Amino acid sequence: MHHRYDVLVVGAGGAGLMAALYAAKGNVSVACISKLYPTRSHTGAAQGGIGAALGNVQEDHWEWHMFDTVKGGDYLTDQDAAEVFAKDIIDAVYELEHMGLPFSRTPEGKIAQRKFGGHTRDFGKAAVERSCYAKDRTGHMILQTLYQQNVKAGTTFFNEFHVTDLLIEDGRCQGLVAYELSTGELHTFHAKAVILAAGGYGRVFKITSNALTLTGDLMSIYYRKGLPLEDMEFYQFHPTGLAKLGILVTEGIRGEGGILRNDSGERFMERYAPTIKDLAPRDIVSRSIITEIREGRGVGRDKDAVNIDLTHLPREVIEGKLAEITDLARTYLGMDPVKDLVPIQPTAHYAMGGIPTNLDGLCLSDGSGGTVEGLYAAGEQACVSLHGANRLGTNSLGDLVVFGRRAGIAAAKYARQVEYPDMPEGAQRESVDLFERLRNGSGKENAAAIRKDLQESMMNNVGIFRNGKDMAAQVEILKELKARYQGVTVSDPSRRYNSELIEAMELGFMLDCAEAMTASALNRTESRGAHDREDFTERNDTDWLKHTMAYKNLNKADDVIIGYKPVALKGFTRAFEPKPRVY
Amino acid sequence: MTQTTAQASSAPVSASVPMLQLKVKVLRFDPEKDKKAYWTTYDVEAQPGDRVLDVINHIKWYLEPSLTFRRSCMHGICGSDAMLINGRNRLACKTLVRDVAKSGGTITVEPIRGLKVEKDLLVDMEPFFDSYKAIMPYFINESPAPAAERIQSEEEAERMAHSSNCILCACCTTSCPIFWVNGSYLGPAAIVQAHRFIFDTRDEATQQRLGIMNQNTGVWRCRTAYNCTEACPRDIPITQLIEEVKRAVMYGQA
Repeated sequence: MHHRYDVLVVGAGGAGLMAALYAAKGNVSVACISKLYPTRSHTGAAQGGIGAALGNVQEDHWEWHMFDTVKGGDYLTDQDAAEVFAKDIIDAVYELEHMGLPFSRTPEGKIAQRKFGGHTRDFGKAAVERSCYAKDRTGHMILQTLYQQNVKAGTTFFNEFHVTDLLIEDGRCQGLVAYELSTGELHTFHAKAVILAAGGYGRVFKITSNALTLTGDLMSIYYRKGLPLEDMEFYQFHPTGLAKLGILVTEGIRGEGGILRNDSGERFMERYAPTIKDLAPRDIVSRSIITEIREGRGVGRDKDAVNIDLTHLPREVIEGKLAEITDLARTYLGMDPVKDLVPIQPTAHYAMGGIPTNLDGLCLSDGSGGTVEGLYAAGEQACVSLHGANRLGTNSLGDLVVFGRRAGIAAAKYARQVEYPDMPEGAQRESVDLFERLRNGSGKENAAAIRKDLQESMMNNVGIFRNGKDMAAQVEILKELKARYQGVTVSDPSRRYNSELIEAMELGFMLDCAEAMTASALNRTESRGAHDREDFTERNDTDWLKHTMAYKNLNKADDVIIGYKPVALKGFTRAFEPKPRVY
Repeated sequence: MTQTTAQASSAPVSASVPMLQLKVKVLRFDPEKDKKAYWTTYDVEAQPGDRVLDVINHIKWYLEPSLTFRRSCMHGICGSDAMLINGRNRLACKTLVRDVAKSGGTITVEPIRGLKVEKDLLVDMEPFFDSYKAIMPYFINESPAPAAERIQSEEEAERMAHSSNCILCACCTTSCPIFWVNGSYLGPAAIVQAHRFIFDTRDEATQQRLGIMNQNTGVWRCRTAYNCTEACPRDIPITQLIEEVKRAVMYGQA
């Protein structure tokens, strides 16, 4: 089947829904394609809040937020993106409130704000209350609110459609191909502009907060075209996932006063970040936890976790502002945070890297200003490099609304100015070939077993602490896994709702993301933000104050070509010199 | 048909916890080849702290690749994996094995009721979302917005705490006997969504929504069976919220 829209949005999470809403305001026809049903995207899992310098509780300024973002990102953050972001997010939060989002409130009836890791006043002097929240289900409320607004706007949704290919010719995007789960039919979508907002790829790791559906599909499709993925080595582990399960426990838990303790009950963050202690940024807290565990001070049977202690907080705070995580601890661990210490460990959480874009979401085709006309990206899938080497807590929800909005506006403006591009001959050929291969393989390999090996090896070799030897080994492991993947065959011949076929396809996408990530990480011989190398322990601004651009070598299997892009070290009105990161 | 397997485990519990030997009975149906649904039993080994979804995933990944169901977040926030587990509507990712079976026991898994089964545990969600859309599920306030937020007290915000907690999983609506019998009834989930806006002090479309609730597909169909409240995986007091909407319709205001 063939469809035609001025603007197509892929993904119905926060970024996609915001982009769709704003594209629709631009008087163009808009459709949103999602592999899930609406409201089931992973934005809903974000708990803690959305940071904006509203100053509702304490004095705050966008310059302080910009500074925290840049410093938190270990100076790899593009400062022009950080400045635009820190200013725009204030209006964006008010706009969400005007859309009806039920924020928690201050006693004066304003949007409530609380502390969060890395949020400071006066350029790092002390913690500040900047995170706007709706209990501890802020992402859930953003997702619901934006979907509601799209229902109001009459946005067309294609639910449970899996994008299988992007159509790009002569540097211009022409549309895409998608597989309709309910019929097994391939659809061609012809478009003037396409916005990619399909989320992250945390499922390449064994312990992750990410949904089963976060398999990096569109990143991989982009990469398969010989187009670059930026800064893939920067992958954030959230310090507090429920032990062994990886289910996210919001940073709001520390913002409300939760304390991390090792096996002897020591508040160990006092040693690692004496000024802001448990409220240090995520990379620092994650490494501190792993260091405690490695040095034998972990808790639990395997001594591979630490505890978060809420027992000194009032019951009404735990069951009110932190109800979501209280429920998770009770459901999954049989523990009650009101009286029990809850075991946590770092969990793979957020991709700082992804499809490179400019400030309007337009996709970049290289490190020197080339673009893909008509193709935009926003949200976790994109890398405008707001987050640099480590994302500040609450900036993911902010990123969605600020850059989702900018991409939606830019795509609609572009679509109003241009004619439809030509469609290539045989637009569905690549997708048909992909499915043919999966249906007619040699049949000796099990996709689930390959996926498990991928997740375990990535966790071990490209996790929180990294070194050249393990990552070189991982390059070889990935080659083997890709060879095994060629032997996967889908056994279910049915056309309708063939979820076996979809899972097999997703595994191929994950293998690509892992390849780009491992090559980028092995290449960067320094430690910065979330990328921490045991064999190159120092940050090296002389050689490495630059973004990685990883390209698949289309002429040589398993080969990744590495290029670079300069970091924007200045904003429009402010600039922060790289300095050592101490808290 | 019975098949045997190794363990399905992903639970955080130690090796010293004894594994449970389970039979998992799944109601299967593929309209492309089956005239009617049939039960298939799988033998599975699981830890007590495993989620039922872990067990079902294990069956799909290693025993029966064609088994079809929805799932995504794995921790009760996306609402994809609502199914009938041991006769009750639940989210498979929020239901632990130890809470529904003992070693040697059986777990039964069926699709939620009242919506057309498309394949195995996967149902057609369109009628459910049609009901959702029918209640105008979006904030309406046409007066000019202030530069900053609209002021709302903590108490007023708290009025929405329960109803805004809904994840649209359909556990409530598909456990409602009225909905099974009369598919035109909007059902508990849609009424909860209406409540969320009716009791929002900032919203200006209260009367329109009360009008929708007063129609014969609306709130008066509810016979207070409490199934919805029992089925809700987020502990929303749905029956209570429906009663509040009834009262608002009766007295014409929220």
